[in-house]
Amino acid sequence: MNCTDLLSHLSDYFDDQLTTELREEISEHTAGCQHCRVVLNTTHQTIEVYKGNELYEVSPGLRERLHSAIMAKCLAKK
Amino acid sequence: MPAIQSPATEEVHPDVALVARAKEGDTAAFEQLVRQYERQIFRVAQHITQNREDAEDITQDAFLKAYEKLDQFQGNSKFSTWLVRIAVNESLMRLRKRKTSKTVSMDEDVQTDEGSIPRDFAEWRPNPEQQYNQAELADILRKTIQGLPPGFRTVFTLRDVENLSTEETAEALGLSVPAVKSRLLRARLQLRERLSRYFRQKQEGQPA
Ligand SMILES: [Zn+2]
Repeated sequence: MNCTDLLSHLSDYFDDQLTTELREEISEHTAGCQHCRVVLNTTHQTIEVYKGNELYEVSPGLRERLHSAIMAKCLAKK
Repeated sequence: MPAIQSPATEEVHPDVALVARAKEGDTAAFEQLVRQYERQIFRVAQHITQNREDAEDITQDAFLKAYEKLDQFQGNSKFSTWLVRIAVNESLMRLRKRKTSKTVSMDEDVQTDEGSIPRDFAEWRPNPEQQYNQAELADILRKTIQGLPPGFRTVFTLRDVENLSTEETAEALGLSVPAVKSRLLRARLQLRERLSRYFRQKQEGQPA
């Protein structure tokens, strides 16, 4: 496996869609390639940091307002 | 009805019953579906449009559309996926309206590999959470995702922020599974590259 191959498998690697053989090939490659090791680690951190931080919080006030507006619009159509 | 007797191999999603009741005109059932998904739909709309007022309008319109078209919902997909699809379409339409001269679609800006080839090879140390407080971090994450083309931003949002499966994301966006995978990879790599500017390990002797 070379660096380009590794890159093409990266998403499947994180989504747990790879065969054991391919996972092992990736481990072997990253053991000897610092660039790919960093890309793998930091891409993983990228996904995690977005999962772990709510960027657009819906405050209770906003939610109430939204909810009332939605229901008012729908019920008016009845 | 032999299906009822047979052992439940596949769990029926609780939305199925709610949708059935809502179709019969039970507004309380519909209201429960609204409660369940209004925050998610708002977040998706805000991620795509990057505009809070638009996101509020889109959320209202998406539920209204869902309410009006409930009879057309066949149940081949999850109700939530169907709802997200409506919201994505409304959001893209809104983007198109805002930039009158430029068309906005899921296909725009995704032909290029620019930014998807890794160039920054520094580890992120210490962790982003240790480098920035929560408000600063959220600001960086928002700014960074805003810089992605809509076609990438949307795929990343559904898949990695809202945790839809690859198949659900494909369905919600009207894309093939391979197209979703290819966009997701490039979106993840572009975000990684852009975030590296903030999170990369500072070199010795360089002020943090
Ligand atoms: Zn490599």
